[in-house]
Amino acid sequence: MNTKLLLSTAVASVALLGASAHAADKMTVGFSQIGSESGWRAAETSVTKLDAKKLGVDLKFSDAQQKQENQIKAVRSFIAQGVDAIFMAPVVATGWDPVLKEAKEANIPVILLDRTIDTQDPSLYLTAVGSDTVHEGAVAGDWLVKTAAGKACNVVEIEGTVGSSPATNRKKGFADALAGHDNVKVIRSQTGDFVRAKGKEVMESFLKAENGGKAICAVYAHNDDMAVGAIQAIKDAGLKPGKDILVVSIDGVPDIFKAQMAGESNASVELTPDMAGPAFAALAAFKKDGTKPPHFIQTESKLLLPDTAKAEYEKKKDLGY
Amino acid sequence: MTIPARSPTQPGAAGPSRAPTGGGRRRARAWTSALPQLVALGLVFAACRLASPQFFDVRLQDGRLFGSLVDVFYRGAPVALLSIGMCVVVAARGIDLSVGTIMAIAGAVAATLVNGGLAWPLCVLAALGVGVACGLWNGVLVSVLRIQPIVATLILMVAGRGLAQLVTGGQIVTFDDRGLIGISAGTVLGLPLPVAITAAVLLGALLLLRGTALGMFLEATGANARASHYAGVDTRLVTVSTYVASGLCAAVAGLIAAGDIRGADANNAGLWLELNAILAVVVGGGSLLGGRFSLTRSVLGALIIQAMGTGILLSGFQPEFNLIVEAVVVMAVLLAQSPPAARLANFLRPRRTA
Repeated sequence: MNTKLLLSTAVASVALLGASAHAADKMTVGFSQIGSESGWRAAETSVTKLDAKKLGVDLKFSDAQQKQENQIKAVRSFIAQGVDAIFMAPVVATGWDPVLKEAKEANIPVILLDRTIDTQDPSLYLTAVGSDTVHEGAVAGDWLVKTAAGKACNVVEIEGTVGSSPATNRKKGFADALAGHDNVKVIRSQTGDFVRAKGKEVMESFLKAENGGKAICAVYAHNDDMAVGAIQAIKDAGLKPGKDILVVSIDGVPDIFKAQMAGESNASVELTPDMAGPAFAALAAFKKDGTKPPHFIQTESKLLLPDTAKAEYEKKKDLGY
Repeated sequence: MTIPARSPTQPGAAGPSRAPTGGGRRRARAWTSALPQLVALGLVFAACRLASPQFFDVRLQDGRLFGSLVDVFYRGAPVALLSIGMCVVVAARGIDLSVGTIMAIAGAVAATLVNGGLAWPLCVLAALGVGVACGLWNGVLVSVLRIQPIVATLILMVAGRGLAQLVTGGQIVTFDDRGLIGISAGTVLGLPLPVAITAAVLLGALLLLRGTALGMFLEATGANARASHYAGVDTRLVTVSTYVASGLCAAVAGLIAAGDIRGADANNAGLWLELNAILAVVVGGGSLLGGRFSLTRSVLGALIIQAMGTGILLSGFQPEFNLIVEAVVVMAVLLAQSPPAARLANFLRPRRTA
């Protein structure tokens, strides 16, 4: 009799647990996005929405149009709606303490996507998911060192906007990877402002300054758009991009996969638009048994080569890049 | 630099102060008036040659001239076109901040239409039409609604980029249409097509403004609009036409910029180029107070700016220096043209004994 009672309570509680676990699956998450200033940002938004749909999460989306006050308003409204968690891609680094304290008092975990914030109190957010831009440069550098295979290789570098942190870090990571390999040398470096037209113009001048490009073995561009411009400049000079001059860049946007399919780009390091994937995983673990994720989750900087270009292109062409 | 001279009462390139003289001396005056710009361009070219020994090397590559010097003219073409339009606007005491944005809109419209299956000549016409429409908008704001030019054109400068982004959906719209790419990649006798287009526009504008009385109307409107109005000049029409001309030039520049990267980049096409165009006009000796202009010198100004950019890229300087070097050279050209410098030159000049 007693055992039967125990058993039935156990069964009932398991059922209840299951039910509550199911309810936890139907989570509501508020996502405050910066805006849609670049193709990558648009892709991040669509990937986050796709992830939420796949996991059965009710995603409340808010576009801040590049304004911090809009983001603060959005977070406040998420708190008022009693969401289970808040994702935020912060537009600036400072000034978040008051609103994040409100979230903390309401017991709503906050996960930062793609960018981090400056704060004295690290407990204000659960974790931040992002890419290590120094590492991205290093992945590109390692690939080039391996591809050069001990042979002498003169590299020209097309930098991003002077002073911007991705430009500084991608330059540093690349230089770090080249350190100790004296056969691979950066002979020229100029800024192309992350813009396709400037990438082309800078490459044109490199080709002329280096004896029509004969002295150049590879070009490293801080983003794919500038690489696409550089590829056109190389073609205009009567050389074959991808063969006469190797092309390696960072980001993984659809246009670079098109170039890879045409044999004109050799490698691109992916800056994944899927920042939300790791965030959802960390959130699920935290909700289940309170597992605290590390304070910074680094996304993988995958090296994408021409053999996967077609698949990657199909995957990314409709994401809004 | 030949100024078509028809009637001796017409103001020539040397500005309103010049006396009516014979054609030969007029031409000589025009040359000397462009001397500071020509010297500056020569000096910048010399510096480029120092930075890169192959600077003047030009060879034929796939039927197109290829070399750093060609790059200066090819890359300088969009800003040179903008500066022609800007020069006309400034002559009538206006300013057009929206030209960079009009470039973006024109490129976006052409790229989107050509991808939609429209024949490229129609796309070009549509883009030019958009340029004219933008110019009309600016002109009406300035001359009918009497909004200050800097504010009126600022509206389109800001809002227009949003418009271009709406057209492209915020992406870089790439196209493979040979005709549209040809606007930038095509050649005329080995010369890149953009250079030929710019030369043709410059020549056409010179004929129109200096070969007829239009240039005088323009200068009169810029110097004193009310007096010109009483004298029978339709200043309102003159003002609107200047903005339309500027919009049209910007649309052509936008087509070239789009053809260059085989795509329309609404976020970045023509970004800040309005400032380069204004700088070109000022370096070319134009007065922002209106009433004084030279198309040729403005185009020379645009070439000086571009030659500096190309030279810096060739030099292998750290990119951090780019803007400083540009600023120093521009300041030197402007100082050379300033009234105290002119007085000094006058003082130092050896005098002929009468």
